[in-house]
Amino acid sequence: MTHVVPAVTSTRPQTPAAAPDEGVRSIHGRAPARRAAARRVAIPYAFLAPGFVLFAALIIYPMIRAFQMSFYDWRVVAGATSDFIGWQNYVTAFHDPIFWRAFANSGAYMAMTVPPQIVLGLLVAMLLNAKAPGRAVYRLLFYLPVVTSWVVVSLLFQYLFANAGLVNYVLHGAHATNGATSWLSGRWTAMVAISALGIWKGIGWSMMIFLAALQGVSRDLEEAALVDGAGRWRRFTTVTLHAIWPATIFVTVMLVIGGFNVFTSVLLMTGGGPADQTQVLLTFMYEQAFKYLDFGYGSAIAVLLTIVVFALSVVQLRVFRNRTLT
Amino acid sequence: MTSMTASWQRTGRLAVSARVLVLTIGAIIMILPFAYMLSTSFKSQQYVLATPPQWIPHPATASNYVDAWNSDHFPRYFLNSLVVAIATTVLSLLLSSMMAYAFARFDFPGRETLFRILLLGLMIPAMMLIVPQFILAKYLGLLDSLAGLVVFYVASTLSLNTFLLRGFFETVPRELEQAMEVDGAGSITRYWRLVLPLARPALATATIFTFLASWDEYPWALTIINTPTRQTLPLGIALFQGQNSTLWGLVFAASVAAVGPVIVVFLIFQRHFVRGLTSGAVKG
Repeated sequence: MTHVVPAVTSTRPQTPAAAPDEGVRSIHGRAPARRAAARRVAIPYAFLAPGFVLFAALIIYPMIRAFQMSFYDWRVVAGATSDFIGWQNYVTAFHDPIFWRAFANSGAYMAMTVPPQIVLGLLVAMLLNAKAPGRAVYRLLFYLPVVTSWVVVSLLFQYLFANAGLVNYVLHGAHATNGATSWLSGRWTAMVAISALGIWKGIGWSMMIFLAALQGVSRDLEEAALVDGAGRWRRFTTVTLHAIWPATIFVTVMLVIGGFNVFTSVLLMTGGGPADQTQVLLTFMYEQAFKYLDFGYGSAIAVLLTIVVFALSVVQLRVFRNRTLT
Repeated sequence: MTSMTASWQRTGRLAVSARVLVLTIGAIIMILPFAYMLSTSFKSQQYVLATPPQWIPHPATASNYVDAWNSDHFPRYFLNSLVVAIATTVLSLLLSSMMAYAFARFDFPGRETLFRILLLGLMIPAMMLIVPQFILAKYLGLLDSLAGLVVFYVASTLSLNTFLLRGFFETVPRELEQAMEVDGAGSITRYWRLVLPLARPALATATIFTFLASWDEYPWALTIINTPTRQTLPLGIALFQGQNSTLWGLVFAASVAAVGPVIVVFLIFQRHFVRGLTSGAVKG
């Protein structure tokens, strides 16, 4: 993802004829030429400036501020001074059982949603990669939940998992449960419902990435493996998986990040309740910041989340890189 | 090739049918919630949680749509969302294409560093910034305004759009630009008349992602908007969710109205979706 422009060498056209007016002017004197040269140097910065200034002011500056604020007992009221309290917000978090529960819930959501999204996404992609009638239609149907707003699908799943909702009715009909599970009023049943939404909404995305990656699988290699008498599974592990390995790394890292950032679905389906049982890190952070107006504590939670996500990404990239496929 | 073909033929028909069967079951699971949502949007309140659940609403009613449309400010939510999404898309595409042009076509001190800083925007979770951004918006007088939505939406889409567009701009043949430069065209002319028109497919991709992101955005709007007449669709729909008993028919009539345009846009531009996804980091 972060392959940063090694290919581009000299970007400015260097034909002598490129700047005729400059050449003419330099006969008369050095100063105008130098001014023209200075203007040339300034051009890329002029193109960058509006966007980059906005980005720096509204994204980079708040990022730095989030770290800074996490060390303060932040006063929202105008005029009140905020006190520097060192690591106190972090100490509070580490002694807060709800923080740990929220952390565990975020982790559980991640663990419940990431593997199915990878496996099912890859499965669907492989089925769609082979010749099948109506591929485009299937691709579309699987992708539809991805483009639908989180608000809409969260309310939809709250409705489906309601006590008298469709899920209970179907499960009862299939004799899987007695049909009286109150999904959203218990911690783990609610996490299952929220995770079901996450998987359903996310499969289409990983499917698309895998579909693109599967285009790069070498037909020749597949055929060679077939000639060598490799079975279907062996062909998959030796040829296909090898070719889509970078995509798999990308999907996994992105999904783990996304999993820890679950917010809207929890907020709308359970609101973190009942009694904070289903709080995840971001709903907990949001509540501390905007309900109790404890901006310092909220920032500390946000920073902790960022550190966890960042560390997990680094670990994953290490593990993936060291694992050689044979 | 022969062994391959033989193998295809041997397993041929059976494999295809098995595949189609699995895909169909999967597709039905994906679509079922939408179908049920559509169905419920035509039910009156006493039937929304009826046992057994009704697939075909009986009696069917369009009153939810009428009620949703006539409820407090629903047409206003729609208009607000449209204004915000269009303004965000135009501004974000303009600013990010300018940056992408600088990154793709010029060699200048600090280019690598600036680009890396910009890529940070792809990795920072948006929610991490919400508290300091709220304070900043308050300081700038942008709280409770559509401008406050647009400005921050633009900022948060710059990284991805610049990344997408820069990749595409680099594929525009350099010779074309040199020819224009020989003819005396300045960099602004080259950017506006040559590079942008040639990059139309990439711009289409960026347009769709930016439009959808701002059309669907919820947490930031929830945080800064208070006045009902300034709310956007996601806020409006979430408002229909009651504390104890939700008027589900109303919620889903509003949802269908909000999702409809998205699906239409998606159907029209779906090949740009695929291209956008394959060219970088996009999480819907």
